[in-house]
Parts: sequence; C-alpha cells; structure tokens
Amino acid sequence: MLAEQDAFEAERNARMVKAVYVYEAPLRLWHWVNALAITVLAITGYFIGKPLPSLSGDPSEQYLMGWIRFLHFAAAYVFAIGFIGRIYWAIVGNHHARQIFLLPILNRHWWSEVFYELKWYLFMVKEPKKYVGHNPLAQLMMFLFFTVGAVYMIITGFALYGEGLGVGSWADQMFGWAIAVLGGNSMQMHSMHRLGMWVTLCFVLVHVYAAIREDIMSRQSLISTMISGWRMFKD
Amino acid sequence: MIETFYDVLRRQGITRRSFLKFCSLTATSLGLGAAAAPRIAHALESKPRTPVVWLHGLECTCCTESFIRSAHPLTKDVILSMLSLDYDDTLMAAAGHQAEAILKEVKEKYKGQYILAVEGNPPLNEDGMYCFQGGRPFVEKLKEMAADCKAIIAWGSCASWGCVQAAKPNPTRATPVHKVITDKPVIKVPGCPPIPEVMTAVVTYMLSFERMPTLDRMGRPAMFYGQRIHDKCYRRPHFDAGQFAETWDDEGARKGYCLYKMGCKGPTTYNACSTVRWNEGVSFPIQSGHGCIGCSEDGFWDKGSFYSRVTDIKQFGIEANADKVGATAAAVVGAGIAAHAAVTALARARNKTGIDVKQGEQ
Ligand code: HEM
Ligand code: HEM
Ligand code: SF4
Ligand code: SF4
Repeated sequence: MLAEQDAFEAERNARMVKAVYVYEAPLRLWHWVNALAITVLAITGYFIGKPLPSLSGDPSEQYLMGWIRFLHFAAAYVFAIGFIGRIYWAIVGNHHARQIFLLPILNRHWWSEVFYELKWYLFMVKEPKKYVGHNPLAQLMMFLFFTVGAVYMIITGFALYGEGLGVGSWADQMFGWAIAVLGGNSMQMHSMHRLGMWVTLCFVLVHVYAAIREDIMSRQSLISTMISGWRMFKD
Repeated sequence: MIETFYDVLRRQGITRRSFLKFCSLTATSLGLGAAAAPRIAHALESKPRTPVVWLHGLECTCCTESFIRSAHPLTKDVILSMLSLDYDDTLMAAAGHQAEAILKEVKEKYKGQYILAVEGNPPLNEDGMYCFQGGRPFVEKLKEMAADCKAIIAWGSCASWGCVQAAKPNPTRATPVHKVITDKPVIKVPGCPPIPEVMTAVVTYMLSFERMPTLDRMGRPAMFYGQRIHDKCYRRPHFDAGQFAETWDDEGARKGYCLYKMGCKGPTTYNACSTVRWNEGVSFPIQSGHGCIGCSEDGFWDKGSFYSRVTDIKQFGIEANADKVGATAAAVVGAGIAAHAAVTALARARNKTGIDVKQGEQ
C-alpha cells in the first residue's frame, strides 16, 4: 500500500504490461454515478433554499418546486444506495477499494508519505512518487471530505426527508434523532445541510484540480485510470 | 364526599346540557371521535377532581390571554371553572398571604396528584433574583411546587424553550422548565402563545383521562405538534408550483402565492395553526399574508431573520448564513487552485529545461 510496495508492484507488473489494473469496474461505475448524483444534489439543493424566480399561471399546471425537490430526493437515493454499494465493494473488492474507508493512521511511514505528498503540492520536492492506488494525501482528503462528508450528508438529508414523510415514518425513526441533537429546530438542520453542500463543493474543486494536475505532472495516468481501471506509468 | 369536576361545574352554574356539549366538543378537538364523548363525561362525573396549579415566571401572560379566548365560550367557562379554583396568579380571587397559603394547602392535600401548569420560566442568574414573587425567587417556588406534583405542563415557548427573554446573551439566564425540573414528566405546549384550543384540549385530556397525551421526540403532544405548518398550509400548491411572493406588495403577494421566499418558517415549524387556526378559526398568520416566524420552535428568536429562508448561523462567531460562509470558502479554494496552477505551470516550465539538460548530459 505504501510507495515502496507500490513501486515494487508497479515495477514487477510494469515490465510485462506497463500498467496495473487498480480500480475494478463497479468502483469506476460508482465513481461516475456518484459524481453525477452529487452534481444534481448540489444544484437542486441550492434552488431548494433559494428558489428560482416565481412562475405565474395556474398552479395546477406547474410543479417546478415539486420537480426540483423530486430530483433532489431521487438523486439522494442514488447517492445513498450507491454509498452502501460502495461499502459493500470495499469489503469484497481489491485492497485499493478499501483506501477511502480505512486510514492506516497508526503507520508512521504512511504519515511521512502524507507529508511527502504535501511537500510535493507545496513545490518543496521536485519529483512526485508513484502510487498504484490513491496517494496518501488524496486518501486522507477523500476520507475526511468524501467518506465522512457523505455520511454527514446522508444523515442530515434523510433527517430532513423524514420531516416531509412525517413523524413516525422510517426516515424519521432512523434519522430524526439528528434534528433533536441539533436542538430540535430543523432550521438549524437546513443550515447545516446547506453548509455541507459548500464543503462538498470545495472538495470537488480541489479533487478535480488535483486529478487533472497529477495526470499531467506525476508521470502516471489518473483520469483515464478512473475510466479504464488501468494505471499507466509513463516512465 | 369527594368532589368531582362535574360537582364543581354544577356549583358554578353550568347546566348538564352545556356540560355534555363540552364533552363532545373536546372529544372532537382531540380527534378521538364521538365514542369518546361519553367517556370524557363519565370521567369528569365520577373521578375526584384533579387540582391544577398555574404558576407564572418570566413571561408576558400571552399564554393566559390566549387561553381565556378559547374558541367556544363553553370550553372557556368549563376550563376556567376547573382551574381558577386552585391557584393562578392572574385568574384567582385570592391575593397576598391568602394566595400563598393555597399553594401550601394543595401541595399537602394533593401530594403527588395535582398538575403543575407553568407559564414563563425561571431566570437562574443572581440566585433567581430577576423574578421575585411573594418574597422569594420564582425558581424556589417552582421547585417546591414541582416536588409534589404529578406532571408539569410547560405553557408556551417561554416554559418550553426559553423564548425571547432567553435570547442571546440571556442576561438573566432564563431557563426552560425541563432544564430546571428534571425528575417530573414535562409536557411542552410551545407557541408564542400556544393556540387556545390546543391548550384547553391538552388540559382536558389530562384531567379526564388522567394520563399524559402521547408526546413526540421533543416532549410535545403529538396530536397537535405532529405536523408542520407547511404540511397543511393552504398555500402549499403554490409552493410546489414554484409560485412565490417575491416582495410584500407584488403580484404574487396579492394572488396569495407561497411566502417561502419571504422567509416563511412553515416548513420547519411543528404546530396546528394551519389546521386549527386562530381567533375561533378565523385566520392564521399565513392566511393574513405574513410568513410563519416559527414561534413554537426552539430558538426561533435567535435563528436569524424572519424574512429569509437561508438564515444566519452563529456558530462561526460572526453573523453569516451558510451561503456566505460556503461561497467565501469556495472562492478562497478557487483562488488557491488558480494560484497553485499558475505556480505549477511556472515550475514545470523551469523543470522542463532542467530535464532537457539532464538528458543532454546522458
Ligand atoms: C452531497 C449530497 C447533498 C447535497 C449537496 C445536498 C444539498 C442540499 C441543499 C443545498 C439543500 C437546501 C437546504 C436549505 O437551504 O434549506 C438541501 C435540502 C434538502 N436535502 Fe439535500 N443534499 C444532499 C444530500 C441529501 C440526501 C442524501 C438527502 C436524503 C434524502 C437529502 C434530502 C434533502 C431534503 C429533504 C432537503 C429539504 C427539502 C425541503 O426543505 O423542501 N439531501 N439539500
Ligand atoms: C462530484 C464530483 C466527484 C466526487 C464526489 C468524486 C469523488 C471521488 C472519490 C470518493 C474517489 C475515490 C474513489 C475510490 O477509491 O473509491 C475519487 C477518485 C477519483 N476521481 Fe473523483 N469525484 C468527483 C468528480 C471527479 C471528476 C470530475 C474527475 C475527473 C476530472 C474525477 C477524477 C477522479 C480520479 C482520477 C480519481 C482516482 C484518483 C486516484 O487514482 O488516486 N473525479 N473521486
Ligand atoms: S406559505 Fe409557508 S407554510 Fe405555506 S406553503 Fe409556503 S412555505 Fe409552506
Ligand atoms: S403560524 Fe407560525 S409563527 Fe404564527 S402562530 Fe403559528 S407557529 Fe407561530
């Protein structure tokens, strides 16, 4: 899992194929479905709090806010069920599939690699290391902002959803406690859920930038890896 | 002979006919159906009267004002006859030492049986000096009377949540009842004020059935606080259609469009206004053209503007809403990425030449 090991794995395999199969198909499919779901969630969510300009005409002929909310909830189910599927894949998939769920925080060497990557991003070292899976810094960020963030959005989202379904509904029973934890006034929950959207947006900005940058800078493929599954090492 | 509620009512000059009408009225308002009316009547006729002691702490008396305007005059008469007999600062005839003596009497005579209704809340700072009654801090009176009561009804948002006197920075440390009395069941009937019919129904339910109404997660009677204003709002079709009033006097406002964009808190407020309504069912705030301000929700006084849906959150020490915090963070991240990309491009250009030299050496 660490650089040396990965480099070794890369070298050994690279001699034959010059590429390593990293991300299995279900994981790749999940990645893009998930990215799409989050995009839909963020856009529709934004307009739930700050709706589009008012429409006129007979209300029985329009359902704009209804559709926006419906899209949000539909995407929310895709997102949440996808996340559960992703957890399943972490269990049955290859060891790279576990990276965003389990951080080797007790491994000192791993931390030193995190700092090495940090230095690479801060232009303090000239050569990036090669990794078959995620680089340790990316792994850390994905855990903190994506994995934790996704759980957070699912809990806060379904707590709000339970309010619509009504007291005693499954969503209320499973997630309603979260509103009580925040004091019981769900205005607070709306604010916290909305804040979560911005945190997610910040993660996506950095994530997409880093993916493109590393694709160019780090002598290994990234974006195509998330499409084909194969990590190409360019030298 | 033990006195029943019915005895008391008859003594107050209420006819049997009126009494029975009251019973069916109460049954319907509780959503119990016609079969429950005789049960209520029977209970009130045969069970010994449960005394109710009504205390007032830091408050504005809007709960009492609301209560005595209960829609049906009958309800008002009946309930008031049931209550004012014991102790209520605002309604009782007794005053001074005589009044305080009643408290003592109820406490001893009906140990563990009486219901303590609390309007307002105790301020705890300076040993409770900010609310002083009968020569002692209200909090002492509250604790003393709570010690022997059967259950507490917390009237209104003051007793339930703290309300405006608890607004930041809460100089008197006004504290809701359930945080002071922790060893008795507390039934919260929030609202500023609560709806009169809701108040009378809760009291009647407890007196006639001698049990607590089913409470929700926050300790409110589920029968009246089980749905949001938004769930039963008559403007909801306009919400779903995306038809909103954008200003107070625009075409949408005139047409009665949804007040969401004007900050309506209906989607986050549990109360019965959109079903029971106010002033004998005449209207309720949204019907009169103003959004719900969420007066029955905890912290409604401290949760930012009444006129915005994306309201300020104070966790950051500054006044800012999720969009301000988030958009600022996203802008900073975006600028960071742009700068990082620029430096990367420069470094790459420089490195390229370096690599070329290296390759030239080989
Ligand atoms: C990354 C994931 C998500 C993002 C970015 C997101 C974003 C948002 C935003 C910005 C709002 C508006 C909040 C407001 O201002 O009131 C919102 C509302 C809401 N979201 Fe999400 N959300 C996500 C996931 C979820 C999930 C998993 C659910 C679960 C069903 C969910 C359910 C809701 C509900 C019920 C509302 C309130 C709708 C209403 O008040 O009409 N969201 N979301
Ligand atoms: C809403 C948007 C997105 C989210 C939430 C997201 C999230 C994630 C997550 C959680 C992973 C880890 C995958 C795993 O180990 O299971 C990942 C990997 C990856 N994502 Fe995204 N992603 C998004 C959009 C994008 C986009 C637009 C691109 C392409 C430019 C991209 C490129 C990649 C790449 C290349 C990897 C693999 C990184 C590596 O090999 O270390 N992602 N993404
Ligand atoms: S006016 Fe308020 S309660 Fe009524 S539909 Fe609009 S947002 Fe909901
Ligand atoms: S509509 Fe809202 S603010 Fe108005 S009385 Fe009802 S709960 Fe309170």
